[in-house]
Amino acid sequence: MIVRFAGDSGDGMQLTGAQFTAETALLGNDISTLPDFPAEIRAPAGSLPGVSGFQLHFADHDILTPGDAPNVLVAMNPAALKTNLKDLPKGGTLIVNADAFNERNLQKAGYTSNPLEDGSLDEYQLHKVPLTTLTVGALKDVEGVTPREAERAKNMFALGLMSWLYGRPIEPTIEFLRAKFGAKRPELAEANVKALQAGYAFGETTETFAVTYEVKPAKMAPGTYRNITGNQALAYGLIAASKLSGLPLFLGAYPITPASSILEELASYKHFGVRTFQAEDEIAAAGAAVGASFGGALGVTTSAGPGIVLKAETVGLAVMLELPLVICDIQRAGPSTGMPTKPEQGDLLMVLHGRNGESPVPVVAARSPSDCFDAAIEAARIALKYRTPVYLLSDAYLANGSEPWLLPDVSELPDISTTFATEPNAGDAFLPYLRDEQTLARPWAPPGTPGLEHRIGGLEKSDRTGNVSYDPDNHDLMTRLRAQKVAGIAADIPELEVDDPDGEARVLVLGWGGTYGPIAAAVRRVRASGRKVAHAHLRHLNPFPRNTGEVLRRYERVLVPEMNLGQLLKLVRSEFLVDAVGYNRVRGLPLRASEVAQAIEALIDHE
Amino acid sequence: MSDANGNGHGRLTLTAKDFRTDQEVRWCPGCGDYAILAALQSFMPELGIPRERIVFISGIGCAARFPYYMNTYGMHSIHGRAPAIATGLATTRPDLSVWVVTGDGDALSIGGNHLIHALRRNVNLKILLFNNRIYGLTKGQYSPTSELGKVTKSTPMGSLDWPFNPLSLAIGAEATFVARAIDTDKAGMAEVLRAAAEHRGSAFVEILQNCPIFNDDAWAFVRDDKEGVNRIVLRHGEPIRWGKDGEKALRQLPDGTIEACGADEDGVLVHDETHEEPSLAFALSRVTQATHGGTPVGVFRNVSRPTYDEMMADQLRVAEERRGKGDLAELLHSGETWVVS
Ligand SMILES: Cc1ncc(C[n+]2csc(CCOP(=O)(O)OP(=O)(O)O)c2C)c(N)n1
Ligand code: SF4
Ligand SMILES: [Mg+2]
Repeated sequence: MIVRFAGDSGDGMQLTGAQFTAETALLGNDISTLPDFPAEIRAPAGSLPGVSGFQLHFADHDILTPGDAPNVLVAMNPAALKTNLKDLPKGGTLIVNADAFNERNLQKAGYTSNPLEDGSLDEYQLHKVPLTTLTVGALKDVEGVTPREAERAKNMFALGLMSWLYGRPIEPTIEFLRAKFGAKRPELAEANVKALQAGYAFGETTETFAVTYEVKPAKMAPGTYRNITGNQALAYGLIAASKLSGLPLFLGAYPITPASSILEELASYKHFGVRTFQAEDEIAAAGAAVGASFGGALGVTTSAGPGIVLKAETVGLAVMLELPLVICDIQRAGPSTGMPTKPEQGDLLMVLHGRNGESPVPVVAARSPSDCFDAAIEAARIALKYRTPVYLLSDAYLANGSEPWLLPDVSELPDISTTFATEPNAGDAFLPYLRDEQTLARPWAPPGTPGLEHRIGGLEKSDRTGNVSYDPDNHDLMTRLRAQKVAGIAADIPELEVDDPDGEARVLVLGWGGTYGPIAAAVRRVRASGRKVAHAHLRHLNPFPRNTGEVLRRYERVLVPEMNLGQLLKLVRSEFLVDAVGYNRVRGLPLRASEVAQAIEALIDHE
Repeated sequence: MSDANGNGHGRLTLTAKDFRTDQEVRWCPGCGDYAILAALQSFMPELGIPRERIVFISGIGCAARFPYYMNTYGMHSIHGRAPAIATGLATTRPDLSVWVVTGDGDALSIGGNHLIHALRRNVNLKILLFNNRIYGLTKGQYSPTSELGKVTKSTPMGSLDWPFNPLSLAIGAEATFVARAIDTDKAGMAEVLRAAAEHRGSAFVEILQNCPIFNDDAWAFVRDDKEGVNRIVLRHGEPIRWGKDGEKALRQLPDGTIEACGADEDGVLVHDETHEEPSLAFALSRVTQATHGGTPVGVFRNVSRPTYDEMMADQLRVAEERRGKGDLAELLHSGETWVVS
């Protein structure tokens, strides 16, 4: 079941969606959500750009995406109807706030006639509910709230109605409302609770809604779950990495959508020894993280597209200094400012190649909201063990989307502890670029260590001593050593796993990062149609898992779906000489499972 | 143990030699940077801080080569970013004595943003700006401190940029410690460095440095001023007098500006580096050779304000007191959870 709430940015749609999610999670359904809000904080009320939406997919089986098309659309005003109706399949349920369909709002949304009356919605199951009137009516006896506040509670009325329709318990929302407003404005809390209850009661007593839907709990692996968004999971992953490594966490960041909430989240965990530094710009944010790393901390910087570009020179410095650094790129649609709230996978080639000189940097990508937790730990592990900057890629869809997360047992998380140099490593001398034979990592000797005083910098280093060197052969050697060190990480990461149930597929779908959900859902559909297809999904994009080439060559055709114009595709073709084909969409939306499925089927049927 | 500001008890018996490295110093013959290096190497032992707890961080430029020659921890980073990098280090490691070495281009052009923000935050850094009024390393283009009309390779008809006054800029950026020294004035520099080292928070020191190759004698009027007729040496609590026989003085007008006057005239200004209001130090920073016939050196401003690293450490401590030491399992299980059996 896929439900979408859509309304004006001021209508509280994100809150409504989040609460419906919370109620649904407690019932034990599997869920996946996708908030979709405008970049403008307050676009003009009632306007098309001001529409904010929240889509929720829940089911009694495990699901992989927030869903392509909703079954139910709740539209709070004409603009919300106009921008969202195209996604609602014919026959879908449409619940609208009839009160909002006045002349002014219709005009702002560009309607010349009222769609509620002109028959244009005849193919949908239309429910015209005067949400505003009903809410204000229900609250007329509540004292201490302004008429405006009463009117604004209509989102809770809508939530009450939807909760009844789908048999969701409203108690958690009541608790939430009391906790949110209770202390300062108990009367406001009560007004919202009352609106919620009135909506629920409205569902029960009106005959408009003939059926209620019951969605049974999903069969999920046993354990304790919570709902989590990607950015929250990423923040938790960084805190976990700090605990697991025993190093204090330092985050340098400059606010930018959709990465800011990581900074905000981490800023509230000072009791974990987390230092957050809101810098003057992204360059300073990355620089401060490098400074903290030099001092023996886990230095991290978080940003998105335009900010990541600014960090490039500093990342190059970290490559040269061979110090740990985790750079999180929460990708958004570009180029330039692009579409800040919308996801894209457009930064892969930039993080791999967007630096001067031969400047190898490992890249790790998260595949789902909760996976951001593990991906963050993995990025930190590689950074610390190999003394290198590591890019961690997420995107706007993972960042704000949520899913139930089977909570890991803390004692089973990987040990990523590292050791500092404490003693000279060459007789009496300390050579800061004398490498570990196995990892090729150099020793990390933070200031404060007696006897190991040394100088590092961005100028080319002599092998072993780290002294400045312009020697041609030395530069050649050092360039190769840095490349070798990063390439060698392939031996230290899992092989690429292939999901190919009976091993008879001839087509492989290869994805990376945030497209996991839609691709996996598409693969299921294709298999349900009786066709055979294999799926592999990359977490490590530099280096690739050591068996990647072998996996690719095992299949006759390889399809690479991406939210870009073919960046992994380009890498796969050049690295492995495989004639893969792409499926590429850059709409600022997650890939649609149905469309990916069609692309896979077309390839299979063509064979 | 001594703290990072050098208030140690002098148990260490280091000498200038202990601060030299085995790297060949690569500045041009006659470069003012040599004198500054020698002055710092002989001053450092006085701090009483063990070498391993001293860190020099620089950007890019001739001046920025400095860390390679100091036998402490050091980082030669990227152009303009040293204050930002040092901020990350000083905030996570309040036990260290962190020094930034930068040039006029490094600090005021490409790194201007980081400089002003480090100063306003009052991060515990000592920032030494080697001002030669030129881009040395890139071979002689004009810099943000070059005078208007400066003819260089990139400005054959003269530069069109009005220059920065580094001290005015620092004071405007809410700096808590602002001073000026001259590369060849070893004693004066040691005095200023001592005060900077003792200051908790960011200390900004402009060092007038000669680049004999691309901008020779830019500071000749104070540098080669053997008789001291052009140096206005600022001493806290003393009337500001200078000249051959101390016959000249400074006084402040009702509008706040400063003018030169005779030493025996009324209203001679008594220097107060600790004045809370930055306007006095700012007015002093406007006193120049061109406008007043003398160049002030010494400490202009020295006030105390909580430092960034201390305040951050405090927040961490308070958070832990209030919420207990962070527990990972508890964090993961926070919020609504449900159990599937
Ligand atoms: C990003 C970047 N841009 C430009 C340069 C080239 N560059 C190196 S040093 C320098 C100017 C240095 O001038 P200053 O800071 O006054 O130092 P000085 O050499 O005079 O001591 C420039 C432009 C660089 N290294 N990095
Ligand atoms: S160019 Fe000027 S500043 Fe640079 S080393 Fe030579 S003399 Fe010194
Ligand atoms: Mg210069």
